[in-house]
Amino acid sequence: MTIAPNMDSPRTATANPPTHPVPPNLGQAHVVRSSAGGPVAENPQPLTEVAKLIDVSKCIGCKACQSACIEWNDTQPEVGVNVGVYENPHDLTPEMFTLMRFTEYDNPDTGDFEWLIRKDGCMHCAEPGCLKACPAPGAIVQYSNGIVDFIHENCIGCGYCVSGCPFNIPRISQKTHVAQKCTLCSDRVAVGQGPACAKACPTHAITFGTKEDMTALAAERVEDLKSRGYDNAGLYDPAGVGGTHVMYVLHHNDKPQIYDGLPEDPKISDVVRNWKGPAKPVGIAAVGLAAIGAAAMALFHRGNSVSQEDEAEARELVQEELRGAPVERPHDKGSA
Amino acid sequence: MVERKFSEPTDEIVQLEPVEVRRYIAFTRWNHWFTAICFIVLMLSGFAFFHPSLYGLTALFGGGQTTRWLHPFVGIALTVSFLGMFFQLVHLNIIRREDLVWTANIKDVITGHEERLPELGKYNFGQKTVFWGMFWLILALLITGIMMWYQYFPHLVSIETRRIAIFVHSVSAVLIVLVFILHIFAALWTRGTLRAMTRGTVTGGWSWRHHRKWLRELARRQRTKPAE
Repeated sequence: MTIAPNMDSPRTATANPPTHPVPPNLGQAHVVRSSAGGPVAENPQPLTEVAKLIDVSKCIGCKACQSACIEWNDTQPEVGVNVGVYENPHDLTPEMFTLMRFTEYDNPDTGDFEWLIRKDGCMHCAEPGCLKACPAPGAIVQYSNGIVDFIHENCIGCGYCVSGCPFNIPRISQKTHVAQKCTLCSDRVAVGQGPACAKACPTHAITFGTKEDMTALAAERVEDLKSRGYDNAGLYDPAGVGGTHVMYVLHHNDKPQIYDGLPEDPKISDVVRNWKGPAKPVGIAAVGLAAIGAAAMALFHRGNSVSQEDEAEARELVQEELRGAPVERPHDKGSA
Repeated sequence: MVERKFSEPTDEIVQLEPVEVRRYIAFTRWNHWFTAICFIVLMLSGFAFFHPSLYGLTALFGGGQTTRWLHPFVGIALTVSFLGMFFQLVHLNIIRREDLVWTANIKDVITGHEERLPELGKYNFGQKTVFWGMFWLILALLITGIMMWYQYFPHLVSIETRRIAIFVHSVSAVLIVLVFILHIFAALWTRGTLRAMTRGTVTGGWSWRHHRKWLRELARRQRTKPAE
């Protein structure tokens, strides 16, 4: 099977790439949101919303997704060190956009010992905290298919996206001084191919397609898991960030935090909202009004000038004091 | 020897006809203007990151990346420079009882009836407000600034703490710019003030009108030696 040339977004990661040239999409015409008032398309071409579905219950922790990610994005991370845990590297890095996080979970309800493996990486939020926090126009964009992408030529490496993200995903490169994260393989999706990680996954724990298809697939998987005794199985598509374009099927959807701290109700922090919301216009207005007020008073108020009498008084005072005969003067009230 | 309470050792009546008083030595003036240049660079580069409509200010410093790199270093330079100012000026900037009387009658200051107000030492309450406002806000900006200095301190604080730090940094920045505007305005509105930071001297009339206790003390200190 190959992808039909008229499709705007790939429907699967497993299909072979198109056999004839496909005009790439995901350009400026598809930008629906852009950081710090960067340019957005006037009439953005609507693309079918895409999503990656990560079925945690099917993952075997082989890290083929990590290898595929390194290979496609050509990030060349350094060889790591073994400190006795399975995570490798030990955290997301500017060269590792996705990471298998391993948790050993002692289930108190069943007494079972469970090995939870979650593929961590950018969730491609519908309401991205990174994009909200970013001060550089056009450094973070969201396309009409839902992908959130960093445009490195506009990135200034300040790290505000790290503070904005509710999932702790972006990493700042100390070599290139730009923020890095999973692109959802926007450069593959743009030409009809699914993400590299999904293509490489041997158990189809990672699947890719339209958000609609992935939600339907997740429902099937959740039903199957429930029939196998996982009563709390469910789809992780958190509403606090408007839903995400990377979703998880979790066998314990009631306790997402057991999957190495997956947030239960992620949303953009109120501190970030206030900083990027009211603080900006109020701050600019306060400074502007103060400057205009000061300028107006400087122009229209005559100012506090020293008179000739003041100079004469000064001469008198200095002469008196120098002579050493200080005279208490009637307007000395309050002086020590 | 007259007790020195309202003046610096370097303050001096340098001329009698007409009276002219040295208020700041060259070192203090250079220190001040270096701090001022740092402040302006920080204000312009900081505004670029504060509001998208002002992002174009980054062009003054060679683009966003350079501005991001430059801002914290200039912040450190300003802190060091301001500390120099701080130790020179702090002891005459302690709030005194007459400052409260002066503040309660601020209307007389604005309407030019300073004769109704208590005599003041080297600084009035407005000047002291600028001094302490700068001090506390620079301290807040320094601490929060280091917390958000991602290039060198990426793991100094948690992400939650850094969010608060960035917020406090923005609010403090707005406040310090307001203090800065007050500082410039007051220096220009009170005619004859600016030369204290350029030439280093002020006229006797200016000193008599605004800082009479300071002038009186300088004259008393110079009683034993002629000032000419």
